Parts: sequence; C-alpha cells; structure tokens
Amino acid sequence: MNQDFEPKILGFFCNWCSYAGADLAGVSRLKYPANLRIVRVMCSGRVEPTMVLKAFACGADGVLISGCHPGDCHYQQGNYKTLRRVPLLERTLAQFGIHPARFRLTWISANEGQKLVQVVTEMVEEIKKLGPFPGTRARFPELAPHLSGATVIPGGAIPAPGGATTTVGVPGATLVAGGETHD
Amino acid sequence: MTDTAHGLGAGGPAAGSPGAGAEDEAVQARGKLKLAFFWAAACGGCDVAVLDIHEKILDVAALADIYLWPVAMDFKYKDVEALPDRFLDVAFYNGAVRNSEQEHMAHLLRRKAKTLVAFGSCACFGGIPSLANLFDREEILDWVYGGTFSTENPAGVRPQPRFTAPEGELTLPEFYAGAYRLQDFVPVDYFLPGCPPTPEWILKAVEAIASGNLPPRGAVLALDKTVCDTCPREKTDKKVKEFHRHYEIIPDPERCLLEQGLICMGPATRGGCGALCPSANMPCRGCYGPTREVVDQGAKMLSAVASILDSDDEEEIRLALARIEDPAGTFWRFGMAASLLGGRAFDAGSAPPDRAASATPPAGAGATPPTRAGADVAARGGKK
Amino acid sequence: MARIGVYVCHCGTNIAGTVDVAAVRDFAAALPGVVVARDYQYMCSDPGQDLMRKDITQMGLDRVVVASCSPRMHEPTFRRALEGAGLNGYLLEMANIREHVSWVTAGVAAATRKAKALVAGAVRRVALHQPLEERYADVTPQALVVGGGIAGIEAALKIADGGFRVHLVEKEPSIGGQMAKLDKTFPTLDCSACILTPKMVAVAQHPNIVLHTYSEVERVDGFVGNFRVTIRHKARSVDMQKCTGCGTCWSKCPYTAPSEFDEGLGKRKLIYIPFPQAVPNKPVIDRERCVKFRSGKCGACQKLCPTGAIDFTQQDELVEESFGAIIVATGYSLLDPGRGPWGYGRYPNVLTALQLERMINASGPTGGHVQVQDGGTPRAVAILHCIGSRDQNYHEYCSNVCCMYSLKLAHLVKEKTGAEVYNFYIDIRAFGKAYEEFYNRVQNEGVYFIRGKGAEVGSRDGRLLVRCEDTLLGKYREVPVDMVVLSPAMEARPDASHLSQVFGIQRSADGFFLEAHAKLEPLKTATDGVFIAGACQGPKDIPYSVAQGAGAAAEVLRLLSAGRVTISPVVAQVAAEICSGCRACLPICPYNAVSYDEVTKVARVNEALCKGCGTCVAACPSGALSVSHFRTPQVLAQIEEVLAV
Repeated sequence: MNQDFEPKILGFFCNWCSYAGADLAGVSRLKYPANLRIVRVMCSGRVEPTMVLKAFACGADGVLISGCHPGDCHYQQGNYKTLRRVPLLERTLAQFGIHPARFRLTWISANEGQKLVQVVTEMVEEIKKLGPFPGTRARFPELAPHLSGATVIPGGAIPAPGGATTTVGVPGATLVAGGETHD
Repeated sequence: MTDTAHGLGAGGPAAGSPGAGAEDEAVQARGKLKLAFFWAAACGGCDVAVLDIHEKILDVAALADIYLWPVAMDFKYKDVEALPDRFLDVAFYNGAVRNSEQEHMAHLLRRKAKTLVAFGSCACFGGIPSLANLFDREEILDWVYGGTFSTENPAGVRPQPRFTAPEGELTLPEFYAGAYRLQDFVPVDYFLPGCPPTPEWILKAVEAIASGNLPPRGAVLALDKTVCDTCPREKTDKKVKEFHRHYEIIPDPERCLLEQGLICMGPATRGGCGALCPSANMPCRGCYGPTREVVDQGAKMLSAVASILDSDDEEEIRLALARIEDPAGTFWRFGMAASLLGGRAFDAGSAPPDRAASATPPAGAGATPPTRAGADVAARGGKK
Repeated sequence: MARIGVYVCHCGTNIAGTVDVAAVRDFAAALPGVVVARDYQYMCSDPGQDLMRKDITQMGLDRVVVASCSPRMHEPTFRRALEGAGLNGYLLEMANIREHVSWVTAGVAAATRKAKALVAGAVRRVALHQPLEERYADVTPQALVVGGGIAGIEAALKIADGGFRVHLVEKEPSIGGQMAKLDKTFPTLDCSACILTPKMVAVAQHPNIVLHTYSEVERVDGFVGNFRVTIRHKARSVDMQKCTGCGTCWSKCPYTAPSEFDEGLGKRKLIYIPFPQAVPNKPVIDRERCVKFRSGKCGACQKLCPTGAIDFTQQDELVEESFGAIIVATGYSLLDPGRGPWGYGRYPNVLTALQLERMINASGPTGGHVQVQDGGTPRAVAILHCIGSRDQNYHEYCSNVCCMYSLKLAHLVKEKTGAEVYNFYIDIRAFGKAYEEFYNRVQNEGVYFIRGKGAEVGSRDGRLLVRCEDTLLGKYREVPVDMVVLSPAMEARPDASHLSQVFGIQRSADGFFLEAHAKLEPLKTATDGVFIAGACQGPKDIPYSVAQGAGAAAEVLRLLSAGRVTISPVVAQVAAEICSGCRACLPICPYNAVSYDEVTKVARVNEALCKGCGTCVAACPSGALSVSHFRTPQVLAQIEEVLAV
C-alpha cells in the first residue's frame, strides 16, 4: 500500500438526509479523512450513472452515493430508483475494469454523522490498498495529444461555431446541429 | 498533430498545391462535386450503403467526380496526396480509427476536403469496433493470432510493423491501443450516423451539399427526437417486471418492445432510421447515437432501464437486472469510443472481461459483480 | 465570460483555524472567470454582505461563490444579499468549507486542499447557473391539525382564535389524548382533567374548529399552501346529527369489554364513550365485539335510542378538504413492559404508571383507591424508573418525564395509602421549573430512593420482590413490596412509519418524527408546510407539548396570514423538441407531476406538483428532461473541477 496516496472520493449526497448528515458530522466536530468531496444533489434519485462515470473519467479514485434510508426519502421514492440503478451500474463498472471497492451506495440519515465517518474511513482504507484508479487516458496514448480528457462533447459531435443549435430546412428532412448541449 | 510518414509509400502532401482561393471556389461552383470515400475500421457496410441508393447512384455520378473510393475504384493514396489542399468538396470517412494508416488518412482527407463527414456509427461514435476497447492490444492480438477456432498459428507468428526484406524495408500500419472516433483526431463537419446510414439520409446529405443548403458545421444529420418518435409500436407508462433476451420470447408486434422486457435502445437513440429495427420486431441497437442533450448514451439508457424496473426489493432488483447480459456491450454497442471512459481501465485486481460470459446464464442473484479472473484463460484454452 | 466574485469566510476561527483562507482566496482569484476573491471574518454579517453587494455593483459581478458554512444554513441569507444588489439569488453557489471541511478535517494542509477543490467546483458550476424566478402560490386559508392530544388541542385553539378555520382530526372517539388519563400533573399537582376538559370543550364549541373524531388522515397530496387531504371517518354506527349523547344506549348495552381509557383495569360497554368528559359526548360501537355485528342478535341500543341515531349499516366515509398548512401532533405510545423481566402480565400487582394514574383517579375503575388485586391496601409500593429507557436493550434515550411522574405517583400513593414507597432510579432528572423543589418535597415526605435500576421482579411468600443493585451501597438488594409500578419508556407510535409516509416527515433513528433542524427549526419538517408538535417528535411533558402546539400554531398562522407561499423554482422541464414520448419518466414521479400529453405526444411537467428531486431527469433516456439548478452540465462541470484539485 502506498502510504502517500490520498485517494479522491467523490460523494453524491442528497440534500435532505446525507448532506445534512455530513453537516451534522461537522457540527459534532467528528473527524474523518479529507478524501471525500461532496457534491450536493436534491435527491439520490437525481444521480445518474453518467455522473459516476464522469467522476471516474475525471480522476476520482472512488465514488460514493448516499441517500436517505429506504422508506425515509424526502421525495418518498427517489432512493428506490437509486437502489434500482446501482446493481446494473456495478456490473457495468466491473466491465469497465473498475474495482468494486471504488463504488459504493450507502444510506446516511440526517442524524447519522457517525455513520458517514465510518463509511468514509472504510472506503479510504480499501481504496488506499488498491492504489490510484488508473483511468483510461494512459491506456489510449494515441488520444493524448488530442484530448484533454476532461471535456466530453455530447452527442459525439463537435461544437458548432457559435454553439447554437440551428434547424435547417432540407427538403423532407430536418438537419440539426448537434454541437452543444442545451441544458 | 503532425503528419508522420506511414508505410504507405509516399510522404507528405504534394508540395506547392494551390490553396483554397476564390478562383478555386468559382471553378467548383461551375463544375461537378469532387468526392472521396474512405473505409477505415469498419465492416464495409457503409460502403455497401452508398450502393444501396440504387439507381440514384446515377444522379450522384452525374453530380460528382470521385477521387478516392478504395472499395470500388483504383485510386492510390499518393493520388490523393497529390491533390491540392481543400480540393475535394466532401470526404466521407467511414469506420473507426484503429491504426496509424487510418489516422493518417483522417488527417489527409481533412486537409484535402472542404467538408469532412463522419459516415456511419463507427466514424461517429467508434461503433462496434470500439467494443474492443474493453480489451487491450495484447489481449486482442492473443485472441486473433492464437485464440480463435480458426487460427492455425503453431509458431505464434505476430504481425511485425517493420520487416526488412532483401528488396528493402516493408512496413505495416501500427495497431493502436483502442478504436477511436474520427473526431478524436480531426475536426469533423458533419455526422451521418447509422449502421449503416440509410440511403434516404445519404441522398439528403449529397443533395444538401450539392445545393449548398447546408446546416451549421458540427450538425448530426438525423432527427432531434429519438427512435420512439417514429416507432409505430404502442407505448404506455413504462414499468417492467422482468427482462428477456431477444430469443427468449416472441414479442407482441404491436406493443413497445422495452415494455415487453426487451432491451430496446430506441428511447436513448437519435431517430432518423425510420425505426427500421423495431418495425421488424427487433429491438433498436442504438446505432444513431444519443440525442444532443446526452453526454453518454449507454449510461443514460442504463439509468432508464434500471429506473423502469418495477420493484423496490433489493434482492428482486438484483435478480431482474442480472438477466441483462453484458450491460457494457448492450448499452454501448455502438458508442464505446464515445463513452465517458472510452473503454476499460486496467484497475488493480480487476480482471479482463470474460468472452465466455455472454454464453453463460447469469449466476444466482448476480449480487456481486461477475468475477472475470480465470474464465478468459479457460475460454482460450478450450480452443487449442 | 462570467464575472465571478469569490468570498471566503473565516467564520471567526471556525474555518480560519483549520483552513488557510488566504491560500484559498489566492487560489480562487486565479480561477477562470473570477474577477475578485476576498476573505472576510464573517461573511453572513451585515458588513460581510455589504462587501459582497458593493463588489456586485461596483465591479459588475454577475455570479457569486461564498465559501463558508453549509448552504443548508445560509443559502437563503446570501441569496437575499445578491438580490439586494440586483442580482438573481440563484446566481450564487456555496462551497461548504466549514461543516464539510474545517470541522471534520485534521491538518491544515489537507483541509486547505479540500477547501480549494470545493471552491473550484463551485466556481465552475456557478458560471453555468441561470437566473431562476421564485414562484408564488395562494394559500388555502385553512389548517389541519392531526392528533387531539394536548399539543394538537392547543395548536387548534390558537389557530382558531387567530381567525382561521382549523380541522382537528383524532383517531379515537374522543379528543383528550394521554393527558386525559392522568390524575394529577407534576409538580403543581393540578387536577389533569380540570385543566384539560375546558380546553376540550372550547374545541367542540369553537366556531372556527371542525372536529373529526374517530377519523384518520388517509392521504395527503399537494404542497405547502395547497394540500389536498383525504380524511377517513370511520363508521361510528351512530348518526352524529341525531345523537344527543343522552346515554341511554351505553347504560343499556348488556355487554362489556376492558376499557382502553382505564388501561384495561376497568370495563366499558360495547357502545360507549371512552370517558365521562369525552368530546364529543357521543358514543361509538365497538364493531369487533358488538353482538349485533357478530351474530345479528341484540340491537338493544337501536331499539332503545330515543332519537333513532343508531345505524348499524353506517359505512366509512372519505372526506376531502384543502389546507394551507398541517400540524402533526400524533403523540406517543408507551413501551409494553411485558417484554421485560419486570413481571408485568405475570403478577397482577405489577402495574404501569398509567394504570396507577387511573387507579388513583376518583372517577377511575377503583374509585380512586390504590389497591392490590384482592382489594386490600398495599403496605409497600415500588416504583421502577427507566423501564425501557436509557437501556441499550430497548431505547437508548431518556424518556424525559418518568422521573417527575414517578415522584408525583410516589407522593400520591403515600398520601392515599401511607404505604412505604420505594423509587428505584438511575438518576433523578428534575430539570424543570420547580421540579427539583418537588423532588425535595417528596424526599421529605419519607419516600425511599434506591439508586439502582429495578432489574427484575419476582415473588416470594406471596409478595413481590424487586431485585436491584443499589449503586450507592454497592450491594445487591431484594426489596419485598405489595405493588410494583413500572415507568415505561415513551416511544414512537406503531403507526409512526405509516404517518411519516403519508405526511412526508422524516424520522430519527429512535423512530420519532424528525424536525428540520434540531436547534433552530424544532417544529418544521422536511416537507414545507407540515409541522410537528408534542411527543410525536420525542418524549415531552405537558408544558413543553403545549408550548410546541402554540409554536406550531404560530408557524401555521404565519403561513395563512401571508396568504401566499414561495415555491422553489427548482423544478423539472421537458425539452419538447427532444422528447419522443417514450413514457419512461411517468412511473418514476411519486407526485404524478409528469404526464403524457396525448396531443403533442410528449411528456409534460406540472410545475406546481413537481418538487424538483430530479429522479425523472436521471431516468430520461433521451435527455429531454432536465431540472433547473441541477442540470446535467452544471453537475458535470462541478464534478470535473472538484476532482481537478
């Protein structure tokens, strides 16, 4: 194990339970490794596999999704959707050559600051044993001069000049610029 | 990226070729369209698709002069290299970029053509060839030059990029670590997706180019909406109890295939094909890629499929989703090179994907990610 | 290019003690789009906000990042600050470098690096923020109070007195709750019924209160200001309009059952009012036991009723009403001590404290006599504190009220019987006003206090035996008594889980309802417009419950008087030009906010119903759905940058 290696763990935390739980850990002055960086979402149900893959593509050594306990979702059912997505995502991550210890779903309620500490500590320990996530950039050296690796252009298209999406009349068809996301 | 000399014969571009001046444009306005077609890492279906426009090919022939079409005509690369820069009106590049020759041609055609079209799913998204990004170069070479049933290679001969014969040095293109999209190497003006692109859209593209009535650069020549928009099947609120593989059920021809538990990529796939596959009782495979709002088609479809599973019981969920064989190969069938990771990482303790896995029914609840170690070796051993 | 200002808060030493704020400031200053980066002692203070507002106006900032505490704390504060300078409040992003960094991280280097990463993410994200307009909705000027105990009664009366209509829903046939069962209240020894029943009557007579007894809330739809609530009126078998409460039916009913109100010590009829002062003073038929319902025979009540009010065919009735706000005051249950080694259910003279309350009460089953099963007066009585409270095997928490009511019962037993009274306690928690004084008084009255938990109750020679370790003497003791009184833990009601789903309230690990903030929002819940009061939130005594009921009423009056509510602009939208109407999103939304438009063939979001969770967005395969303020590009940009440091 490389003792100097400090993994970056990206956390997707729901606003109502887990983010509040992390706040509680703070208010209670509980100490845990600084490796976790939390991105707030309103509900764990908002977390898309896209975001998890994005994190791994951007250098995360681990990803943690945390939501309200099943049955206690602020939005009634959102965390059950998370529960549905995770098993398939886990199998996919294995196919993408990502060690299972690097990805975790957990339920942390607003008063479980201590659980957060425990989950993060465990995850950091496990990932330290694995070492840094190698990613795929080094694997594909031919791409290195071309891509930053960071910016992925949606739709597999390059940005149209000006970035605008324009619909152009072509007889019998609609041709549409696929340059940039509208979101 | 600079041009490098490849084992293709001639060196760089023809020296002193005139640039794209006003005079040049004027000449082209009067003359026929100058076209090039190139076949990179692809099955050849895209080239056949060009012929699928049938008698309309005559219209194209009337409209255009062809300067490169390796599958049909005997032009040499050096002929293209000798052309002035921006001489060609349009170059259609099909196939993924898998080796140094294909990269070289990408740069060359980019330089020689005013408009470069990524033609077909492989050039647009990596296509089927980029599924090989789940393996590394050595695994692929091991398999191709040793592992398959049909390989007879007792001496273990491997292609050599350089070979010195008495007559001189011979070279082969360098086999890359991955299969890539055309846009990973050069700016692409238009994307014409499809495996292969449909004759309708090929014609539309040619006509648009001929008439100069062009969409902004970067456009995907397809619809904004997904395949479902043109799919005639009846759709209801999506709730799926179990998933099936295509051979396991005879789907109702009227109802949405996804609602019958078949993984139909239609909802996550840009329309334009006319819903050809679902109309033939075949689930959409996703060859038109994602809509403009989606970063990663496979990840999006994965999320959708899991979300519509009608269960909140963890064990039941795992069992139901274990029925989806090979998620990476299913959801990123045409888009591995366009995916966020681009292919498999080589993480500590993770083993290569198992080629035999797709033939094995899912084990138990699939509660743990499938263990890959060993299976691959066994699969290869069995062929010897 | 965005013009971003970054403000790094010291929070005194709360942040600056662990995070090198100057380094974070300099780091932020170099990020793309950042025009100005400053650090300041207290960004939430007026001068801190002024600093920000001045920069916005003078430097033309169009985006702001505040690196300080949790956005759950001060996001509204800083949004207002932005708006004060003419900038839309949603052009703000906060980096939580206090709760998520300085307070939880050991070591300045690690904390500073993490703070930089969060700031980088916030800067990149805020550049993609869009101005969002808050929306307003009218408030239905009517409130719902669920639970007719003292907290709910207090809340309903306050709101009604404030001039708004209130519906009070009570599951039992009468309001009054647990307090109605008590004899005296500590430490003043007021008669419980004497102070409670006038309030119950006031509820019944108040022109602004609509009382639904023997009723339950079935379903809650809608949102703050506009809840649609379905209330089930359980079939009482008595026509409330015709019944005059004359009492003929329950006096003539030939059958009896154990009285719930008397905690099983006494009997009631099968058509009954729970207790004499019940409100409403109208009976209900116990359909499970009633002979008419079981065998079709009897029907005495119907025959004898002078107004023809008895209706055996009555059905449950569903009523739908609209409310602007809801107070949930559903109270608590007592732990069943039969689960433990205290002899409850095994020895007849082992009672719960509530049973003793009934026994002491003059209108109770024994007419106020404290007596053992054979009718004799006990010579020695043991009161066991902390039954299931402060106990790892049951509930870790302290039940808050048992010490004091145990002292009160000790006093009353002593007063009524002259018996020796032993209190087995762990600690005496007499924390309230005049509580310690009461404790001293009871001690002076000669009640014994044994510091040791009553571990087990057995019997010897026809008497009960309490075993304990006396931790003051350091000795194992056995104390023979004639009656054992258990003070069981207050616990969350068995239906708390169901109610939490119906009302969208979270629960804490102990099962009680969870308030929005432990310190500053004790009455609010995770659902806007739904408040909690009383012991459904945790064990409480009467004054605390009353104060909460009044407090929750103030919250409701605030909403109802304002007449309109702000609705978060964080909602989902459909890009109709992308949506192909695949309908994958429809079953995802728990609020039915997404529907399919048969005409345009695309999905549609009802923004009034949408809560902005974004679950449908994650499920949308075409990317047609998005949710404002949590758009995919915003989140992805944040991910990219948070990981770049």
